[in-house]
Amino acid sequence: MRREVTSKEKKLRHPKLSKLARKEELEFYLFISPWIIGFVFFTGGPIIASFLISLTNWSILSAPQWTGLTNYTKLFTDPIFYRVLLNTAYYSCGSVSLGVGGSLIAGLLLNQRLPGLRVFRTIYYLPTVIAGIPMVLLFLWLYNPSYGLFNYVLSRLGVGKVGWLWDENWAMPAIILMNLWRIGGNMIIFLAALHGVPQSLYDAARADGANFWHQFIYITLPMISPIIFLVVVISTIASFQVFLEPYVLTEGGPANATLTYVLYLYRNGFQWWKVGYASTMAWILLVILLSLTGIQFKLARYWVYYAEGK
Amino acid sequence: MVSIAPKTSTKQLREILRGTILYGLICLGAAVLIIPIFWMVSSSLKSWSEVLAVPLTWLPHPPKWSNYPQGWTALPFNTFLMNSCLVTGLAVLGDVVVSSLVAFGFARLRSRKSTFLFMMVLATMMIPYQVIIIPQFILFKFLGWVDSLKPLFVPAFFGWPFFIFLLRQFFMTIPRELDDAARIDGCSTWRIYWNIMLPLCKPALATVAIFSFIANWNNFMAPLIYISSQAKYTLPLGLNLFSGRIGGTQYHLVMAVSVLTLLPIIVMFSFAQKYFIRGITLTGIKG
Repeated sequence: MRREVTSKEKKLRHPKLSKLARKEELEFYLFISPWIIGFVFFTGGPIIASFLISLTNWSILSAPQWTGLTNYTKLFTDPIFYRVLLNTAYYSCGSVSLGVGGSLIAGLLLNQRLPGLRVFRTIYYLPTVIAGIPMVLLFLWLYNPSYGLFNYVLSRLGVGKVGWLWDENWAMPAIILMNLWRIGGNMIIFLAALHGVPQSLYDAARADGANFWHQFIYITLPMISPIIFLVVVISTIASFQVFLEPYVLTEGGPANATLTYVLYLYRNGFQWWKVGYASTMAWILLVILLSLTGIQFKLARYWVYYAEGK
Repeated sequence: MVSIAPKTSTKQLREILRGTILYGLICLGAAVLIIPIFWMVSSSLKSWSEVLAVPLTWLPHPPKWSNYPQGWTALPFNTFLMNSCLVTGLAVLGDVVVSSLVAFGFARLRSRKSTFLFMMVLATMMIPYQVIIIPQFILFKFLGWVDSLKPLFVPAFFGWPFFIFLLRQFFMTIPRELDDAARIDGCSTWRIYWNIMLPLCKPALATVAIFSFIANWNNFMAPLIYISSQAKYTLPLGLNLFSGRIGGTQYHLVMAVSVLTLLPIIVMFSFAQKYFIRGITLTGIKG
């Protein structure tokens, strides 16, 4: 702490930095220089470039043509664009609500004072490790209408078979359901949050005769609401980027039922080489996500409880 | 354990009932989550006729181990494995070294722009990969790196915002007196970073290494966009190609290769579970 004080004093006495502070500043830039270079070339630069490209008609092979806002007007009159928005919103609502709800319930269950729950924590977390292509192929097999496990269980239960990924109405629910399998990551976050709720609150409530439900509604939920908020924001952003599942499982079908935003972006950009159009989609995606996050922050004040101040 | 001692037998009975119901629910959830994994392994050991058997069987008998070599040699999976190892190894190295370097700068070195630049790091964490994918592709195409493995690991050597954030949070928990003392003894900033901070941060570095390993090992979209020749395929691309080519119903082979692909991650998980958990709770964000 001593160094901090002296440096502040120095700042007060001399508006110009001392030799030592200048050296430290130089070293700061040296240490973070990889990130600065990366930011210019891989993030910040590409975002600006993406906007410029979105104003052109470019197929990569030939020189780009400046077309102004044509891509934007084209996008807003593209019927598939609206379909894609709707599909993605459907997926997002389904996967965020079920995913956050499911992981919260799992967290509550595993937060009980019962012996042997450590093993279950591992079991609940295990599916999140099995991600990517192996997971997607596993579900392709589980969802198989004739030989898959799910339809076998359903038929044993006396419910008829479902077309799952091959049925226009069931394909999106199937993709939403399979992501429910991976609630373990968020569950760990909720477990940590539940752990942080002071026991004294529950003791006091119980002394006042509050039952389990009251304790949940009036203590648990408000106390962990900042974490629920965080998880909802991050899950929403992630859900809008869904690509792997529709790409491998359904190729956007049947009848465009699972054509998601990023899959359509990928097709425009990397299959049809309409780079300008795909960049327009990328920019609109950024705007959508920024506004969604903004709205969520605005709404937060109505339901998120911050224990300290605010 | 703060539990109120039961006074009456009805209260005790209620506790037992509550425990039973909770365990029942927890076991049910566990069963639902574990069955797909069981099914993956079980299917990988079945014969084709068992895969297509109509009243399906839970266990293969006898287990057909030859599915594994048969699936693995159907495509040049050894080549895909080599590519995956190369990309993942270099990316993990880049993430651990460079992200910790940048994180150290933000955690320990004072500058007038430090807060502002760190906010920029946090902001870029929120930007979806898809938004920058096209300009990045054009950049790599300009460099002549398309259809090479370079685009898959080179960005890791410029620091990844999520890891910078995670490691900076960890560096902040280490008392500053430690590097002050070293500085008085004439230690350079580099040696403070390399000889004092890094050894103290091994748990956090392990978390970064594991998250980076999983993300790169499973990465699908970047290889899909950048790699076109089969000799440069990574395992996820190869597995997807295999599944598509073999088509239809030979799921026993697809599952066998899937299990093999997952093996490194499962082994890592069983040995280093606490680092997975720590990484998530340290940042409150999943990797």
